[in-house]
Amino acid sequence: MGGAGMSGPVAPPPAGEDRGRVGGSSSRGDTATRLAIRYGFLVLLAGLVVFFMAAAEGFTSVFSAVFIFQSVAITAILALGVTATLVVGGFDLSIGAVATSSMMASAYAMVVWNLGAVEAVLVCLLLGLVVGLINGMLVVYTRIPDLLATLGMMFVLIGLQRIPTEGRSIAAGMTLPDGSTAEGTFSAAFMAIGRHRFDLVEKNVLPVSVLFMLAMGFLIWFFLEYTRYGRVMYAIGSNERAAALAGAPVRRYKIAAYMISGVFASVGGILLAARLGRGDIASGNNLLLDSVAAALIGFAVLGAAKPNAFGTAIGALFVGVLLQGLTMLNVPYYTQDFVKGAVLVLALIFTFTLSHRQDR
Amino acid sequence: MAEAAAEQPAFTISGLQKSFGANWVLRGIDLAIPARAVTVLMGANGAGKSTLVKIAAGLHGPDAGEMRLAGQPYRPGSPAEAIEAGIVVVHQAINDGVAPDLDVASNLMLDRLAGGQEPILFNPRRIRRKAKAIADLMGLEMDLSAPVRRLSLADRQMVAIARAMARDPKLLILDEPTSSLSDTEARRLFALVDRLRAQGVAVLYISHRMSDIRRIADRIITLRDGRITGMFRDRPLDYEGAVNAMLGHGLTDVDIQSPPPGDPVLQVADLQLVPGARPFSLTLRRNEVTALTGLVGTGKTAFAEVLFGLRRPHAGSLLLDGRPYAPATPGAAIEAGVFLSAKDRASNAVVPQYDLMRNLTLPFLPRFSSAGVVRRGRERNVAQDQIAALNIVCQSERDGILTLSGGNQQKVMVARWLSQPSRLLILDEPFQGVDIGARRDLGAKLRETASDHATLVLCAELDEALEVADRILVMAEHSLAGDHPNREVDLDLILSQVAGGAPLAVPGWAVPA
Repeated sequence: MGGAGMSGPVAPPPAGEDRGRVGGSSSRGDTATRLAIRYGFLVLLAGLVVFFMAAAEGFTSVFSAVFIFQSVAITAILALGVTATLVVGGFDLSIGAVATSSMMASAYAMVVWNLGAVEAVLVCLLLGLVVGLINGMLVVYTRIPDLLATLGMMFVLIGLQRIPTEGRSIAAGMTLPDGSTAEGTFSAAFMAIGRHRFDLVEKNVLPVSVLFMLAMGFLIWFFLEYTRYGRVMYAIGSNERAAALAGAPVRRYKIAAYMISGVFASVGGILLAARLGRGDIASGNNLLLDSVAAALIGFAVLGAAKPNAFGTAIGALFVGVLLQGLTMLNVPYYTQDFVKGAVLVLALIFTFTLSHRQDR
Repeated sequence: MAEAAAEQPAFTISGLQKSFGANWVLRGIDLAIPARAVTVLMGANGAGKSTLVKIAAGLHGPDAGEMRLAGQPYRPGSPAEAIEAGIVVVHQAINDGVAPDLDVASNLMLDRLAGGQEPILFNPRRIRRKAKAIADLMGLEMDLSAPVRRLSLADRQMVAIARAMARDPKLLILDEPTSSLSDTEARRLFALVDRLRAQGVAVLYISHRMSDIRRIADRIITLRDGRITGMFRDRPLDYEGAVNAMLGHGLTDVDIQSPPPGDPVLQVADLQLVPGARPFSLTLRRNEVTALTGLVGTGKTAFAEVLFGLRRPHAGSLLLDGRPYAPATPGAAIEAGVFLSAKDRASNAVVPQYDLMRNLTLPFLPRFSSAGVVRRGRERNVAQDQIAALNIVCQSERDGILTLSGGNQQKVMVARWLSQPSRLLILDEPFQGVDIGARRDLGAKLRETASDHATLVLCAELDEALEVADRILVMAEHSLAGDHPNREVDLDLILSQVAGGAPLAVPGWAVPA
């Protein structure tokens, strides 16, 4: 046996020669790509800010910054929730519907049932928790693929939120289906969640919703990065079987992820209701797509190539900056979705094409 | 030996080599496969069987060497070219061969529909007619309009084979075709293979199931570590010799100094892994490394799964340290001190996104956490200790797990379970896909730590068992077939126990000509 007459490579090396590491001698080109993948999106965000500062008058003002934060707050909270499901390798399409249902529920609780702010908030949180639980059980026990199960839930909720009022929006003094007039009102405390602004440097700058966003962002970031629960959730998303064989109760973790997603979405709904001051059936249509886009853009931040809370927050901010800047430049509103879509596709190229090429 | 023209090999391979990165899978293969005969290719996991098949099927290109089909040079660039040339492969995963939602007729015509030999407009009647011709050729009697998902596995495989045979192939490769078939289904397959052989087709049959091999083989070729290690064609075929050549026992000079075994850790009483299997009992002790060997599919992994809470036994009881033990989940097993390092690390153990340290600490995060928050300092210390203890080649504990070589990845997976005290440590194929250096390191470490717990190592390769164990158990047909101390081992006896009882060939199986 042997290599006589062969044009191929030299004879195989003896077994046992084990180079400790495989892959990568890094050339200068590799380093450049790596830097681009890692910091590309942050640089792009900074560049965008600089551009708008130069081009759009008033973009630099404190109020402009606050407005951006406020406009992304609800989207960001939903996106942070869906990040939890993405981490375990799932997906939650029902978040937009959970948020609008929660908005309607809070309005119904206060206007029709005459409940106070605390009770209304509790009703919403419970709604989010229960929907998340059902989503999780559908995915885990009935084995309906996550996209389909949560799509079904989305439809159910969109329909359900309109049934009690026969399809009408909820506002104080509305006429109920039985002909009577609703006696309750939005409590002042509840409205404050959406409208109050704290003083910071100047008077009335910092909206409560932004504080909520920052707090929840920190919470989920800390949970995913620093607790063992977060660690196990990432392991499940990366290799479910390995996590199970390491003793993790995979099903419970998955259900918990959907419950996190549901609760975050219901908080988003509470903020929406408090800002609008009514249960408006026409609002919140864009929430699902915007927040999913933010979470997916987040994959590209710092070259993570995986769902992560920090990236999600940056992703939401990115979209907010872009839209606010374009608005100030008088770019027509109907181009917004196009711009968001283009950014998302760019981010996905960063994540899936560039960083995977680098892995090789 | 006078070789008539008819005896000219249908397919020959010479000097075939293939490597993936630094990993040599085929180290120079020479073989000839005659027409009108069933050549069985035996080899343990990782011996290179699949790679060989994939090269023949045009999925991979060889690094060196050449292949000839019916005397003509053969070098397929794609599976389509391979089929065109006359080599047809029926893959192990039956569902890879059929589209379950299409009907039988469309499945029989699938390659023509895909390959553009059929007109663009789909004419169901025409397809049905042509499919009928194919089905008749092979004697298929199923309803051609039934969706394939309603068929049994065997029928699905028949469909895949029938489609292949419609090509009039010179060589038919069956890759572990019975691995998901029942006995009755397997018999139908054998009858079909007999018929094809009679028609003059060269059949390469890949398997390590002794019962299949006894039933079907005209000759046996064994593959081990990328080399041909045996060729058996004299009747009666030497099955034990073939098993020996496949598993090998180069008798690597490892001097096992067995310490006196400690107190019993695990006591198994009348355990029945599956209905119908013979119950068995055994005791595993501290300070004793026990190897469990046997061919693939004989119940080794099933036994490990029972011990680790992944599967309920059909009958029988377990005692751990004298107390009843019936874990409901892997979590409960770990809690009780029973650890399993699973086989096939890529799908069962490695978390690809994690670095070395996080892979290592995954099962024991509660022990590294205060109030749910992971203490990274503690984690790092343990990781660094294990890197040193197992001689893991890496730059730091923060290296991505996939940047390590296979051997070092495997060391991390084993280190994971050595990092915490256990009562029973089970390792399922810990030496799989591992170079010889890492294998030595791992074996030495297992022996070194044996005094702390009972150790059970599952390995199909006898060599590995002889190298690491104080005691060797043999498993066959989901039961215990042998129990040997690793001193002056009677290899012939072990091999015959591995090769398993009576041949399955039952007289009275009418073989249609």
